Amino acid sequence: MGIRERLSGNEAAATAMKQINPDVVAAFPITPSTEIPQYFSTFVANGTVDTEFVAVESEHSAMSACVGAEAAGARAMTATSANGLSFMWEMIYIASSLRLPIVMSLVNRAVSGPLNIHCDHSDAMGVRDSGWIMLFSETNQEAYDNLIMAHRIAENKDVLLPLMVCQDGFITSHSIENIELIEDDKVKEFVGTYKPEHYLLNDKEPISIGPMDVQAYLFEHKHEQAEAMRNTKKVILEVAKDFEKMTGRKYELFEKYKTEDADIVVVCMNSTAGTSKVVVDKLREQGIKAGLLKVRVFRPFPVDEIAEALGNAKAIAVLDKADSLNGAGGALFTDVTSAMYVNKKQVPTVSYIYGIGGRDTTEKEIDSVYADLQEIVKDGRVENPYRYLGLKEEK
Amino acid sequence: MSIGGNIYKAGNAREFKTGDWRSICPKYIPEKCKQCGLCFPVCPEDAIPVNKEVKREDFNFDYCKGCGICAKVCPFGAIVMEEEGEE
Repeated sequence: MGIRERLSGNEAAATAMKQINPDVVAAFPITPSTEIPQYFSTFVANGTVDTEFVAVESEHSAMSACVGAEAAGARAMTATSANGLSFMWEMIYIASSLRLPIVMSLVNRAVSGPLNIHCDHSDAMGVRDSGWIMLFSETNQEAYDNLIMAHRIAENKDVLLPLMVCQDGFITSHSIENIELIEDDKVKEFVGTYKPEHYLLNDKEPISIGPMDVQAYLFEHKHEQAEAMRNTKKVILEVAKDFEKMTGRKYELFEKYKTEDADIVVVCMNSTAGTSKVVVDKLREQGIKAGLLKVRVFRPFPVDEIAEALGNAKAIAVLDKADSLNGAGGALFTDVTSAMYVNKKQVPTVSYIYGIGGRDTTEKEIDSVYADLQEIVKDGRVENPYRYLGLKEEK
Repeated sequence: MSIGGNIYKAGNAREFKTGDWRSICPKYIPEKCKQCGLCFPVCPEDAIPVNKEVKREDFNFDYCKGCGICAKVCPFGAIVMEEEGEE
């Protein structure tokens, strides 16, 4: 059952793309995702895949080529990071509004400036309201698994939205870990053939895509996108169930790590969840009821489910690896607190901005967050909800 | 409503009803109309239907944008402009 391997996160993503064997890949190299199109182009060169690889001159062109290919009726994929995603910005919205289920591997990196090539989530947070489904991955294994599930979710007729699989730049993208790959034929069967209902290269049905939408229709089209995003939650869970049958690996909207009876809970995404689990285990040994909620599906945001899972906690810390620079905490914090408020769950909650520009986040720091939460539990008071973790003091 | 605003057949401009852009609205008064034929050729939206007897009928409000050109050219006061939504 499965193939034991050891791969970096980028290798894992490229391997998933190889097994999916999409019709078109259009990509432009940018650190730290460069290796994905690099590895993939070798698969093209040696005939392992029969994908049309478009070596474009920019990320704007990469996403444009994906939009064109997907609209033509092809399955298109790409990979990027940080400023590459920024450069795609215009086409990111075109992809989602034309309801083209493009799949992207986003290797998270700080958006400049000042120039930084290391990991934070400012690139992903910039497109959080662009109508893309966003899955976050703690490990290489999760980055691979999420990509294998991606097309089944994005291409579902109740969804038809583009999807990005996020993983932490360098931290997972360049770290080699053990991984269990799925056999090629099983992936092929699981992912299936892309059969769009309407597409440009269908000579039986000439169509126009992306016409002028003006006041009479755009509102309704945006509402349809929002509805599709709401439908996505159900589809993600259905696909995860099939995936579990094939691999034994279980995926949900988020992972509840010892949260059932937890008094103090940390919420975070991607690789920091791994560090947090170690801390939770150590605290549990000391009899401290600590838990971790790792968000996998960030878009659509599982508002009700998260409120349900966090409702019985006594204090919550939400860790954002990107500052929203609004003076009011990070994006994940805002989403979590909004979910709690709407569901009438009143739990003291603090925002921690951490790990900006690849700043290392250690067990010791995560431990200090749980210590802070224990203080809050004592009297339920929150002195300053907008905090920073691992920020250097001025000397 | 098609997904993403896709268009699956040609020649569909007729389905795009633009009458809700109107802020003022022409009112046709048939008793004053002499069927002189000045109004319908100047309508930019072809929103004044003309029947087989070459006589104009009431406005097609699916497309009339309330520009008021017809009221301006009518020599008999058979078209008056009113606030949209008054009636």
